[in-house]
Parts: sequence; structure tokens; C-alpha cells
Amino acid sequence: MTTLLSIEGITGGYGEADIIHDLTMTVNDGEIVVIVGPNGAGKSTAMRSVFGLLKIRGGRILFRGEDITRESTDQIVRRGICYVPQTSNVFPSLTVHENLEMGAFVRKDDFSQTLEKVYELFPPLREKRRLPAGGLSGGQRQMVAMGKALMLDPQLLLLDEPTAGLSPKYMDQIFAIVAQVNALGIGILMVEQNAKQALGLAHRGYVLTNGANRHEDTGAALLANRNVAEMFLGG
Amino acid sequence: MEILQLVLYGLILGSIFSLGAIGVSLTFGILRFANFSHGEMMTVGAYVAYTVYTLMALPFWVAVPVALLAVAGVAVLADRLLYRHFRRSQPIILLISSFGTALILRSAVQLIWGPENHLYSTEIQFAERFLGMMIKPDQIAILAGAVVLMVGLHLFLQKTRTGKAMRAVADNPELARLTGINTERVILWTWVLGGGLAAAAGIFLGMDTRLFPEMGWNLLLPVFAAAILGGIGNPYGAVVGGLVIGVSQELSTLVLDSTYKPAVAFTLMVIILIVRPTGIFSGRST
Repeated sequence: MTTLLSIEGITGGYGEADIIHDLTMTVNDGEIVVIVGPNGAGKSTAMRSVFGLLKIRGGRILFRGEDITRESTDQIVRRGICYVPQTSNVFPSLTVHENLEMGAFVRKDDFSQTLEKVYELFPPLREKRRLPAGGLSGGQRQMVAMGKALMLDPQLLLLDEPTAGLSPKYMDQIFAIVAQVNALGIGILMVEQNAKQALGLAHRGYVLTNGANRHEDTGAALLANRNVAEMFLGG
Repeated sequence: MEILQLVLYGLILGSIFSLGAIGVSLTFGILRFANFSHGEMMTVGAYVAYTVYTLMALPFWVAVPVALLAVAGVAVLADRLLYRHFRRSQPIILLISSFGTALILRSAVQLIWGPENHLYSTEIQFAERFLGMMIKPDQIAILAGAVVLMVGLHLFLQKTRTGKAMRAVADNPELARLTGINTERVILWTWVLGGGLAAAAGIFLGMDTRLFPEMGWNLLLPVFAAAILGGIGNPYGAVVGGLVIGVSQELSTLVLDSTYKPAVAFTLMVIILIVRPTGIFSGRST
């Protein structure tokens, strides 16, 4: 099994203080890896470290064996890694279609086939493609955000709490789409507050507390783990 | 009919304000600061065209592109030398820096061309009758030119990849970076477009009135008022804002002395800031 992403002993933060300490995580080809943990555990920060959005003071990040720790954000995006933030993840004044177009910005080839696939995956977007993305409901905006990420034809997708604030109907849809996308061979690293459902879907999971590794195991094992269940899964 | 005539003058003047306000809105939306040297970019545009057309006796259709390119160059240079270092600073620092740039440019203009008035041409133009109103050929050219530039900008923003990227950066610069958009490239284009439009506004102003070193600086108030009225950051709002301010200023002469015209712009700006601070078309709130 080849390693897609390897975060090795990363320590860093946004300002003077470090938020994550000696963090280690891997995502292998074709895996769904979930990061869970209490609020403020540094889960989102861990993901953002991949994109050069952090001051990294130790450790390194490898993508397919190459060191990307010091690369610029757009260089990293060009490698086929895409990040969907939790909020502010669409361009509100651009139409749905234009948002998707922007998703393919770094591509030099014809992306019309990818666009078609995205519309198939998210039928409501095709219907609303000429509307400004800012006027859509939360669930539909999340679809635009994910669709935009998929337009890159990424190898690895980083999702920051994709179901946050969504109704159960949209939550199930998003998880189903995550599974579908993964079935296409795209690696997924996902932070989720909805730990139970996420771990049920995941190949492997990491539990973080206070910016450091706490547990690591397969999704099923973490679900079955009594300690983890007590901490985050509501018993 | 006097009112229609004033409205026409208002539209002509307003078109000039609009072209300036579009540049101000683009700069504010993408670079996040109020560029106080925008007036001077208009002045430089007017004077470069003057040098090519009046002093070098080259045709006007040569003078205009040269002036537009020159001001675009000045804007990009100012960014490379100065504003670039303050990308992550507070907006007030950029504002004061642009104030400094304004002083430098205005003084340079005065040093090079002198403080006295200049005209593009000493020919006297005869106004022609059109729908019961008087309009000079120059003024028709200004209106036509303004329309062409505005339509051109609209097509650029809506139909081209770079234009859409500019709108994306204006919406959310961090997301734009995460999408792989090169924000420095977008910023370059912003200065080129903003500078070009300012140059055109300056040339039109010089055509309609005269050239003098403070010409652009004097327009800063109505241009900013227009941008704020239309919703700062929104180039389409800037067009409407400019026309509203232009027409209002001209119509105000029916009841006020013409020296109060700047007060009209100022009053409208204050009213919109109190009643609806995001402007008619909801610009950026930053």
C-alpha cells in the first residue's frame, strides 16, 4: 500500500504559540482517514498545516514521498491536493458554475468531463448553476464547496467538518458522497465532529487531544474502543 | 430645456466620475485599501496624453493607448516599490502610503509640465444640437468612450478566466489562494485595469475642462463618493454612483451657487453612509 500523505512530527501554530505538537499522521492510497477529538484539539490546524497556512517549527510533510513542507499554497494545490474549509468555502458572488470553474483553475486541460461528473454527483447544483453561490442553503453551499474541490481532479481531498451545521438529510448525503468519491480512488482526510458516522465510514482514524496524537487505529476499532466512545461518541 | 441640458452635463461629468470610481472600487475590493493616489493617476494620464498629442503632435488615437499604458505602468511600479510591502498591514498604512504617492505624483507633474493650465487643443469646438440639447463633439466622444470602456470591463470580469479570478479574490482571498489562484497576478491586473481606467478618466476630464496639476486630486471627493454610493468594492455600483453624483451636482446649480457642487457629492456620501453604509448595491463591508 503506497503512502499518499505523511505528516511527520509536525509542531507549529499561527503565531508565537504552538497549537500542534509532534503530530504524526498518514493517509494511504484509496483510504478514508478521519480525525476526531474535542473542540480545540487542533484538528483543523493539523489539516491546514499541509497547505502552508501555518508557521511550522518542526517536522515535515511528505506527499508521495516528496517534501512539501515549505511549498507555497498554489504549488501544493497543483500537486492535486485540495482543501475544503469548514466555513467561507465558496465564492458568494460567483455563480455555482463559476465556482466550479474556479475549482479547475490550475488545470490546463479540458475539464468539461469533470464538470459533468460533478453535476451528476450533485444534481441540485446543475439546476442552480446560474445562481450566485452565496444565496444557496447551507447544504447546497457545502455541495458547491465539495464540487469545486473535485473539479481539480484531486488525488487527495482534505475536508474540514463537511457536515457541520447541516440537517440529517444533508449529512447522510455528504457522507454518501464522500464514500462515492473515495470509491473513485481519491484519498480522503476528514475532520469530523460527527465522530460516530465518520468513523463508521473510515478505514482508519486518529484521535487528537490538545494538539497531539492520542489514539490511532482502524475506524471500526476506534468505534469499539470504550475510552474513545466515552470521550467523544456520547457513550 | 434647461433641466435636460443639466442632466446631460451631469451624465458627461458623471461618466468621468464613474471611470475613476470603478478603479477605486476594484482596488478596494481586491487590495483592501482606499487608494488616495487614484486622482493623481488620472492627472498623469491626462498629462501623458497631452505630451503625445499636443506637444509631439501625434494623433489622438496614439496618445490615448500610450497614456493608458503609462499610468498602468506607474500603478504597477507603485505597487512593486511600495504597496507590496504592506500586503498584510492595516489598511490605514496603505491609505497613508497612497497619500504619499499622490504627493509625489502631483509634484512630479508640476515639475515636468509647470503649474499653469494647459489645453489639449486651442481649437474652438462648436456645440451641436441634439434632441433639443447642445453637445460638443468632444463630449460625445467622452460618453462613447466611457460606454466602450465600461462594457469592455464588464466582459472582462464576466467572461474571462482572469476576470473571474479577480472577482473570486475580491470575494475571499484565502479561498482563492486555496483554489490555486495566483493572487499576486490578480493584483497586477487590478493595478493595470484601475490605472488604465483612471488614465481614461483623466483624459476625458482634460478634454472637457483643462489640464492643471490638481485636476485629479480635486476629483478625489466625488470619485470616492461615487464608489461609496454604489457600494465600495462593486464596480457596477461605481458606475451608477458616478452618474448619480454627476447629475446631482449639475442639477444642484438650479438652486445653489456652482461653487457648492463638491458639497453635493459630500452630502450624498454622508447620507448613504448613515442610511445604508454598504451602498446602493452592497459593496464590501471592510
